[in-house]
Amino acid sequence: MNPALLIIALFLAFAFVLGLLARRGRTMTLEQWAVGGRGFGALLVFLLMAGEIYTTFTFLGGSGWAYGRGAPAFYILGYGAIAYAISYFLLPVIWRYATRHHLHSQPDFFVSKYKSPALGVLVSLVSVAALVPYLVLQLKGLGIIISEMSYGTLSVAAAVWISVTALVVYVVISGVHGSAWTAILKDIMILVVAVGLGLYLPWHYYGGFGPMFAAIDHAKPGFLTLPAKGMSVSWFVSTVLLNALGFYMWPHGFASAYTARSEDVFRKNAVVMPLYQLVLLFVFFTGFAAILQVPGLAGAQGDLSLLRISKLAFPPPVVGLIGAAGLLTALVPGSMILLTAATILSKNVYRPLVRGTSEQTVGRLARGLVPVVALAAVCFTLSGGEALVPLLLLGYNLVTQLFPALVLSLPERPLATRIGSMAGIVTGEAIVAWSSLSGTTLAKLLPTWPSVITDLNIGIVAMTLNFAVLLAVSAVTRERVPAQAIEEPAAAT
Amino acid sequence: MRRVPLHRWLAVVPGLLILGGVPFANRVHRLVLGLPFLLLWIVGCVLLTSATMALIGSLDAKAARSAGASPDPPDRDALR
Repeated sequence: MNPALLIIALFLAFAFVLGLLARRGRTMTLEQWAVGGRGFGALLVFLLMAGEIYTTFTFLGGSGWAYGRGAPAFYILGYGAIAYAISYFLLPVIWRYATRHHLHSQPDFFVSKYKSPALGVLVSLVSVAALVPYLVLQLKGLGIIISEMSYGTLSVAAAVWISVTALVVYVVISGVHGSAWTAILKDIMILVVAVGLGLYLPWHYYGGFGPMFAAIDHAKPGFLTLPAKGMSVSWFVSTVLLNALGFYMWPHGFASAYTARSEDVFRKNAVVMPLYQLVLLFVFFTGFAAILQVPGLAGAQGDLSLLRISKLAFPPPVVGLIGAAGLLTALVPGSMILLTAATILSKNVYRPLVRGTSEQTVGRLARGLVPVVALAAVCFTLSGGEALVPLLLLGYNLVTQLFPALVLSLPERPLATRIGSMAGIVTGEAIVAWSSLSGTTLAKLLPTWPSVITDLNIGIVAMTLNFAVLLAVSAVTRERVPAQAIEEPAAAT
Repeated sequence: MRRVPLHRWLAVVPGLLILGGVPFANRVHRLVLGLPFLLLWIVGCVLLTSATMALIGSLDAKAARSAGASPDPPDRDALR
C-alpha cells in the first residue's frame, strides 16, 4: 500500500472511531454540520463556517470546471450571494410559521400550508429525487479520491464500491448521531488544503495569479470569458438565478430555517455567509493552475485536475493528506444526504401512505433504506459519465421546482391551491426529467431560435411553465378551498 | 398588502448587478488586478451583497427600535 492510500485509510478509520464515540453524543443533522461550533471562539467559528461550504462539489467539481470550462465555473460563486440576500426575507417568514405550527421537516411545511398530505408526499419524492444526484456526486468524488490515491492500482469502479461501503458503514456506525468532531476535522482540513493549494500552486508554477491568468489567456484565448454559444451569458444568468431560488429548497437547507434560535440568526447569516463564499476563489485558482501543468484531462476527467496537479507538485504523503481532506468532504455531507433521503422516504412518504405506522417502524424502515438508497446511488454513479458539476445542476433543476408552490404559499392565505401546486410541480419535474433522460436541449428542440433563448438553463424554462400551470390551475380550482381552513392548526407533526 | 420599507429594496441591487451586469462584464476580455474581469465583477458583487445586507439589517433594527418593538440589544450590535 502506498503512503497516500495508507494515510486516507487511516483517516477513514479515524472517522469511524469518531463516529463510534459520537453515538452517545449530540444529535447532528444535515442542516447543522458544524453544530459543535456554538461553544468555540469567534475565529474558530469563522474557520469552521468557511470550511463548511466545501463539499466534493466545490473541492473537486469546482476546480474541475475551472480546469475544463473556465469562466462558466464562476456561476458557483454567483448564486450563493443572491440566495443569502433572499434568505434575509424568506427564512424569517418560514421560521415564524414553522415555529408556530411545530413543523419538523420540509414536507411538513407544504402539508400544513396547503392542508394536503398528498402534496407532502409529492414534495418528499421531489426532494429525494434531487438528493440522489447530490449523493451520486459525493460517491463519485470519493471514488475519484480513492482511485487517484492508489496511484493506478484500484479501478474507479472498485473505488466506488469501497466508497459506498465506507459511507454505509459510517452512517450505520454513527447513526442519527453524526459526529460533530468529524465535521470539525473536515472543515479545518479542507480549509487549510483548499486555501493552501490555491495560494501555493499559482505562485509555484507561474509566480502569481496575474501571470497565471495571463498564461492561460495566451494559451486558450476566450477561456476566461463566457462563450458566445452553449454556456453563454444567457446560460450563466439563468443558472445563477435558478440556483439562487433553489438554494433553500433543499430539504436540509429549508429545515435549517427551523433550527435557528431567533430571526436575528438569518440577518447575521445574510451578512457573513456571502463572505465565506469567497474561499471558493482558491478552488478556482487550483483548477486554473492545473490547466497548463496537467493538460489533456477531457470532459468529466477535469474533476481529477486538483488531485493530478497535487500529485505533480507534492510527494505521496502530502498527496495523502490532500486526499484525506477530500475524503472527509465527501464522507460527511454524503452520510447526511444518505440519512436525510432515507428518513424522508420513511417518515414523509411511507408513514402518510400506510396509516397507523408506529414510530419504531418508521425508524427501522429509515435504517433499512440506507443501504437501498446507497445501492441505487452506486448504480447511477457507475452508469453515468457525468462530471460533478452537472450532477448538482441536475439536482438544482429538480429541487427548484418547489419554489413556485412555496413562494405562493407564504401569504396568510396561499395564492395557490393544493391542486394547482401539484400540477405546477409535476409539470416542472416532468420537463426536467424528460430533458435529462432523453438528452433533449432547447438548442436541439428549437434549432432556428437565437442562442439567447436556447442557451437558457432548462430548469428555468421548466420553472416558468411550472409557475404558469400553477397559477392557471389554481385560478380554476380556487373556490374549492374553504377560507376558514387556512387558520386551523396544522395537522402535520 | 403591507408596504415594504423603502430601504429593503436595496437588497435587489447586488443581485441585479450579478444577473444584469454579467452580460456587460463579460465583454471585458482583459485581466484587471490580475484576475479575469468577470471573476472580479462577481467577487465585487459578493462583497457588495454582504455590505448591503449589513446596511439593511441595521436600518431594520433602527426601524424596529423606533417602532418600539426593539430586538434584543446584543444581537443588534453584532449586525454592524
